[in-house]
Amino acid sequence: MTLSRQQAEQIFDRVLKYSTAEETEVMVSSSAFALTRFANNAIHQNVSEESTTLSVRVVTDGRMARASTNKLDEGSIREICEGVLALARLQPPDPELLRMPGPQTYRAVDRFVSETAELSPATRAATVASVIKRAEKSRLTAAGIFSSGGSAYGLFNSRGLAAFHEETLAEFSVTMLGREGSGWAKKTSPYWPELEPEELAERAAQKALHSKKPQDISPGKYTVILEPAAVLDLLFFLVLDFSGLAVHEQRSCLTGRVGEKVFGDNISLRDDVFHPSQMGAPFDGEGIPRQRVTIVEHGVARNLVYSRQTAHKMGTQPTGHGFPLPNEIGEAPLNIVMAGGRSSLDDMVKSTPKGLLVTRFWYIREVDPYRKILTGMTRDGTFWIEDGKARHGVKNLRFNQSVIEMLRQVEMLGQPQRTAGEESFEMVVPAMKIREFNFSSLTKY
Amino acid sequence: MKEFAGWALDTAKAQGASYADVRVVNLRQRYLSTKNGQPAQVRESESMGVGVRVVAEGGWGFAATDDLSRASIDRVAGYAVEIARASATVKKRGVRLATQPKVIDRWEAPCRIDPFSIPVSTVLELMLDVDRELRRVKGVTLAEVCMDFRRIEQLFLSTAGSEIAQVKTQTGAGFVATSFAEGEIQRRSYPNSFGGQYQTRGYELVGELDLLAHAPRIAEEAVALHKADQCPTGVKDIILEGSQVALQVHESIGHPIELDRVLGTEANFAGMSFLTLEKLGSLKYASDIVNVVADATPAHGPGLGTFAYDDEGVPAQSTPIIKDGLFVGYLTSRETAAAIRQARSGGAMRAEGWNRIPLIRMTNVSLLPGAGKLADLIADTDDGIYMETNRSWSIDDRRYNFQFGTEIGWEIRAGKKTRMLKNPSYGGMTTEFWNSCDAICGPEHWTLWGVPNCGKGQPMQTMGTGHGASPARFRKVQVGVAYAGN
Repeated sequence: MTLSRQQAEQIFDRVLKYSTAEETEVMVSSSAFALTRFANNAIHQNVSEESTTLSVRVVTDGRMARASTNKLDEGSIREICEGVLALARLQPPDPELLRMPGPQTYRAVDRFVSETAELSPATRAATVASVIKRAEKSRLTAAGIFSSGGSAYGLFNSRGLAAFHEETLAEFSVTMLGREGSGWAKKTSPYWPELEPEELAERAAQKALHSKKPQDISPGKYTVILEPAAVLDLLFFLVLDFSGLAVHEQRSCLTGRVGEKVFGDNISLRDDVFHPSQMGAPFDGEGIPRQRVTIVEHGVARNLVYSRQTAHKMGTQPTGHGFPLPNEIGEAPLNIVMAGGRSSLDDMVKSTPKGLLVTRFWYIREVDPYRKILTGMTRDGTFWIEDGKARHGVKNLRFNQSVIEMLRQVEMLGQPQRTAGEESFEMVVPAMKIREFNFSSLTKY
Repeated sequence: MKEFAGWALDTAKAQGASYADVRVVNLRQRYLSTKNGQPAQVRESESMGVGVRVVAEGGWGFAATDDLSRASIDRVAGYAVEIARASATVKKRGVRLATQPKVIDRWEAPCRIDPFSIPVSTVLELMLDVDRELRRVKGVTLAEVCMDFRRIEQLFLSTAGSEIAQVKTQTGAGFVATSFAEGEIQRRSYPNSFGGQYQTRGYELVGELDLLAHAPRIAEEAVALHKADQCPTGVKDIILEGSQVALQVHESIGHPIELDRVLGTEANFAGMSFLTLEKLGSLKYASDIVNVVADATPAHGPGLGTFAYDDEGVPAQSTPIIKDGLFVGYLTSRETAAAIRQARSGGAMRAEGWNRIPLIRMTNVSLLPGAGKLADLIADTDDGIYMETNRSWSIDDRRYNFQFGTEIGWEIRAGKKTRMLKNPSYGGMTTEFWNSCDAICGPEHWTLWGVPNCGKGQPMQTMGTGHGASPARFRKVQVGVAYAGN
């Protein structure tokens, strides 16, 4: 069970009793989470955890510090209040530090589903059993996870700000392994039956069966069709740069590019926590209401997102995207919704004389921070397309590709959908067909 | 702690667990960072809880809580058994563990200067001095300094009668100078990128790193990189500086030798391994001069993978991994050791905290030193590139096709370090690369590097690992791969 709003407020009241700082902020987060893990067609790990963390931030004489604990007895709360104040006083003052914000108004979001919060290990096990049955039917080996849980997050400060959010999240990820090829599928949702684990298992199994005996191809530039999960993990590295502070500090690839046409006409991205397929709280780490922000409009880098502190520094208004203070990063858009098109994956494949279909990428890392060149590998279902048909699996390939260039070469877009990967947070993104995607080497396994 | 652990163990047994172990962990952390002349983060945290791992009806269960009341601990221990029973409904065979005799012991990692005893103001003063030195160099657009101190107290109890208390203190420190100019971002870090150097020891590490003395050089290099020539594309001999060798060991030796990956239990996330079982004792992994051990013992040094017992209560060991180039050992747990009919675990099970189950993790996977000085190795190289400090790293899910980028490089011509090169990168295939290693510098260059951010498992666990390494040379390596085609 996670904490209720009332319980979180009670903890805040207890902190206020002991805090003598000029300003005090309390963040209470609690979660109850469970995960069933399977491999080799059996459950091999099965875990659960529950936790409640109290985090106190104080501002005093232009100085700030944070301390956190999961000990909630009276003595520990008094100790954390004294400790965090002492920590703040040991610092030089920051002339740009703002006072804490006062009361805010939030638009409600409903993301807590009790069926997910209460899901039992027996139900998770029975679901996994059905997925394993599907694997065994085709002599495949299944591996994956089925997780479920809830979290609650309260933010209160001594200037009267009070914010509370709770949500649930379930996740099913499955890899089907054949003798050589493999396939993967994944979905997340606040409501676990929407995961449709058996449908995911079928999709992963079909990919594994279709990719058996993967063949070598020469590295080079190819037309690629990226499924949404592959798009997601690449965009992750780009969207974090739409941070006001990152641009201010000249560590973003958007430095000097805001207001310019950076991507193709068909690329539009916004941050929208209220989108029905999105998740998360309607307020940021300082309690500022999250706003919808268009960050890319028809290829133009239109807007950045700003925390309150960054907005002050840059002479603009906060957008409600700040991380809890203190932090080095500032802010980031975490509820990305990309505009799409009407093409289906089938349309994309049929229109491709020669190319590759990519299920997902793996181990993506940034090679060049300003040109936004990324490297990584394909994984669990990469197929050679010829004359409008996915013909056979190919061995995994390494790419080195600028995401900025890539988004100038998008030929077709699919319908955006809530997408989960293994390297990024979830986004609402479409599949894409892209010309001249740069693959630099092939692996041997 | 013992009281909490005892309650959990008693309840798990009473509920029907055939085996149970309990870890009570208290983690204290202090993290400080500065950025462009101001403190950026000043924070402390403490987290204490209990994790109960059980086997019931042949299945695994684990439950954890930070509510340390008797009622909560009883409930969680019972829930762990309920979870194990659910696991048992989807099993091929019951859990089998390599034997482990009971151990009763207490161990505390050496720590000369308690980092929590140093006033925060003193630490910040040093960090801001370093920051100032970095920003004195014209062209540095961002100066960042960080320090990270942790104390981990843990009690392990098992139904086999083991009772093991361990205390570890870990320290990390480093800085980065970033320079943006003419549409290019260049960075230099010291003593390593991504947080600096980390070891299982106290504040004495910070003194030894002498951060202030290195700041001017690092800042100047960050700015100079803008004017440097691009790393060429082609096949070259390369010499890697020690911290980059350490990461190369981590990615292309440390991960593939994890036996859980080999046996398929990481197939959905971290991936599997090219080191299938028939390769043990027969694969020529590397050239004859390459010797690698997985050594968690304190005698190996104060690495992030140093302990007296792992999180299954197995004593720390030194396991040969590559002997004269031959692949001879895996990292194992009690369960995976039993699966390949080894009598005992190699002691590599480690958990991120009280709320996570132990997994096979690297301990200190180290390349043993060779002989000779770096200067002599450069003098012995006709046409090559010397590369320093990691910038990017990526490897496939079987740990075979890899690519690394470094922050800086220098061309070597006729035995001399010549022009500076920007954006260096190299790539290859794991065993081909390690078989091309023809020189490893001596013990005077050998450092036990810390990798504080190794991710594995679902739910994800971040673990610190250690890697001893000295600079090494590799022949005929593909360089400049990251920028080719872009």
